[in-house]
Amino acid sequence: MENHFQPIIVGFLCNWCSYRAADLAGTARIHYAPTMRPIRVMCTARVEPEFVLKALREGADGVLIAGCHPGECHYVEGNIKALRRFTLLKALLRQFGIEEARVQLVWAAASEGKQLAEAVDRMTEELRALGPLRWRETVLGEQPVARRMAEAEVGG
Amino acid sequence: MSPEHADRTRGSPHGAPGAEQEPRVGVYVCHCGHNIANTVAVDEVAEWAGGQAHVTVARDYKFMCSSLGQELIEQDIKERGLNRVVVAACSPHMHEKTFRNTCQRAGLNPFLFEMANIRELGSWATDDREAATQKAKAQVKGAVERAVLQRPLDPLYVDINPNTLVVGGGIAGLTAALELANAGYHVYLVERDSSIGGHMAKLDKTFPTLDCAACILTPKMVDAENHPNITLMTWSEVLSVHGYVGNFSVRVRKRARFINEELCTGCGTCVEKCPVRIIDQNFEVGLGYRKAVYRNFPQAIPKYPVIDPDNCTFFQRGKCRACEIVCPTDAIDFKQKDEIVDLEIGNIILATGYEQFDARTIPQYGYGRLANVFTSMEFERMVNAAGPTAGRVVLRDGVTAPKRVGIIHCVGSRDKKYHEYCSRACCMAALKFAHLVHERVPEAEVFNFYIDIRAAGKHYEEFYHRVLSEGAHLIRGRVAEVTDAARGPGEEGQLIIQVEDTLIGKQRRIPVDMVILMAGMEARKDARQVANLFGLGCDFEGWFTERHAKLDPVVTMTEGILIAGACQGPKAIPESVAQGSAAAARVAGMIGQRTMKMEPVRASIDADSCSGCRICNNLCPYHAIVYHEDRRVSEVLTALCQGCGACVAACPSAAISGAHFTRDQVMAQIEGILWDARQPEVLWLEPA
Repeated sequence: MENHFQPIIVGFLCNWCSYRAADLAGTARIHYAPTMRPIRVMCTARVEPEFVLKALREGADGVLIAGCHPGECHYVEGNIKALRRFTLLKALLRQFGIEEARVQLVWAAASEGKQLAEAVDRMTEELRALGPLRWRETVLGEQPVARRMAEAEVGG
Repeated sequence: MSPEHADRTRGSPHGAPGAEQEPRVGVYVCHCGHNIANTVAVDEVAEWAGGQAHVTVARDYKFMCSSLGQELIEQDIKERGLNRVVVAACSPHMHEKTFRNTCQRAGLNPFLFEMANIRELGSWATDDREAATQKAKAQVKGAVERAVLQRPLDPLYVDINPNTLVVGGGIAGLTAALELANAGYHVYLVERDSSIGGHMAKLDKTFPTLDCAACILTPKMVDAENHPNITLMTWSEVLSVHGYVGNFSVRVRKRARFINEELCTGCGTCVEKCPVRIIDQNFEVGLGYRKAVYRNFPQAIPKYPVIDPDNCTFFQRGKCRACEIVCPTDAIDFKQKDEIVDLEIGNIILATGYEQFDARTIPQYGYGRLANVFTSMEFERMVNAAGPTAGRVVLRDGVTAPKRVGIIHCVGSRDKKYHEYCSRACCMAALKFAHLVHERVPEAEVFNFYIDIRAAGKHYEEFYHRVLSEGAHLIRGRVAEVTDAARGPGEEGQLIIQVEDTLIGKQRRIPVDMVILMAGMEARKDARQVANLFGLGCDFEGWFTERHAKLDPVVTMTEGILIAGACQGPKAIPESVAQGSAAAARVAGMIGQRTMKMEPVRASIDADSCSGCRICNNLCPYHAIVYHEDRRVSEVLTALCQGCGACVAACPSAAISGAHFTRDQVMAQIEGILWDARQPEVLWLEPA
């Protein structure tokens, strides 16, 4: 059976390289999965681990952090700081039972629109294979017992 | 409700004016003609946005960036009392400034504006209308939630260092450097080769006027050398670039020439006496020779030669020293070392030029295999009076004049297998070659094989007709093959050009004895590294990306970094000169302002919350965080902070906040952008 699950990825894109790579992908009309919802940050070093956890808790199936290549950071080595933080975060995510593929750090220079688009496509496929994250079951280990009346505007 | 949500609605303790008011957001969804509207249901997004929390008014409009679109926003700010504006349109790198100015005109602080990029990151990246619309809604929701928490900010002003760095000493860079120097500003002109002049120095004549290239170029080169406002740094490369517009620190390596420039008079005796003769692959493109100590050409600027240690007998075997012995001023210095020079720069103009497509890539044209197949640059050198054949048009044997010459257009360009683009200058150069062959070898016949003649330029079409009237044959068709395999009488010992003449619809075999391949321009092999070094973008072909293809062709997305000439795309001399001047004018305008408005995206530390742990101190790449021993708190020096946010993310007490990228703003955007993704509300049972 064909897998129709369309994951939602929150993409933290650094202003100088990866956001421009995404702009370039668009300008060059490179089509890729419309699954990545972008949030612009000045540098990947600004991405707090809490941002990633927040996105996963709010319903994202994955988080993509994209920055400049090592050695090419607009802020000298913000991307290296992001990498260090990411390494620690991965250890935490593992303990939560969150699969490695759900949170990814990639490098994309301003000229690498194609590479960024490919990264989104690749990640989308990986998440499609994994299925939805389901934060409450996966991380909190809770079980749904009964559906409350849908009073919230959720999904509206 | 998640704890963050509660946190967020509690409001910020540092709430600025505007934040306390009830948020009134205006949402404007742009059609961008069909660019967005074809893929995103813009009316649906606007209507939906109108029903979202905090949104006072939501509209969709054909072109938000047009003056009418902007007036719409201004009017709503004034009449509907908006205190936040969200525009869902193109990239903020395209029009964020435009709409910030719009807000400012209407009396709204520009930092209460937020942009949702639903074009580059939306409609242009997919065909899936439903998904694109859903994504656009999420982006709008994220922007609205973020905008509600945005605070008014005042811009920072930085001083603009009046010194400019021009990288590349070809005609574009040279023009830019001279324009700025004449305007009274200091320019550092860095050139990788041993002389300035670029490709133009290799040419003999320039189309369509048939001016002698050297006659118009060398005076400019001399001007640059003698100009008190220009520091010429040839045989040099930029190693690193740090800083930002107005205040770049650039490190340049001046490679050792092994010639003491203070002592050298440029007499050339060393070149004459050097016993090593090698093929010059650089300036003479393999058609001529140079010595191990050499100058590219007699009028090279600067006049000092360089020693090539890879071929110099002394460097290789420790013997010879012929140049040292003959030098009348003792200027040879084998011990010279590379020199590192640090420069303080306000703006940078990149004019790094192009490379010629390697004709060997197309084996059926025979370059490198069939002796009498030449590249266009080889032919340029051949017809140049100062070139290896002293201007005589001859076959590879160096003596025989050709009787029939075939000129093949579009080699490596207008060809999906190599470069799809038109290389722009080669048609005219090919016609110039036809003229020059007729001029130098009057009895020779010339055949031009073209796809289309691109003669769009002042006096270009007239030149084309002139060449036609001189008797050049023009055959319309892409050449299939150049071969030396004769099939019949009259073909023996000739190069046969196999081509479909598309005007008569027939295959033709045209025997010639010389073939010139009009190899197109391509981006330099290291263009991508250069782009990364200077922090600008380049496209897939490697051409540097301008801020706007039509309206901002010499400025890049990175403030303070400009581009000129063929590094931006294939160009002939007049366009390169125009871009060089344009880039210089832009820089002069910037210097004239003396200060520049900067994004007030800066970190600040709340002294009351700071525990003095000093984690942030070492994180800052700009040493912008100082620690006050007496009060045991850290402080950000705003003038040095560049706003990356590394310290903000690292502070364990959340005492550092990054203006315009505060934690609550980003958290709110995350919630907004995932408005449709949260797991449905159900009753959950805690694990046993």
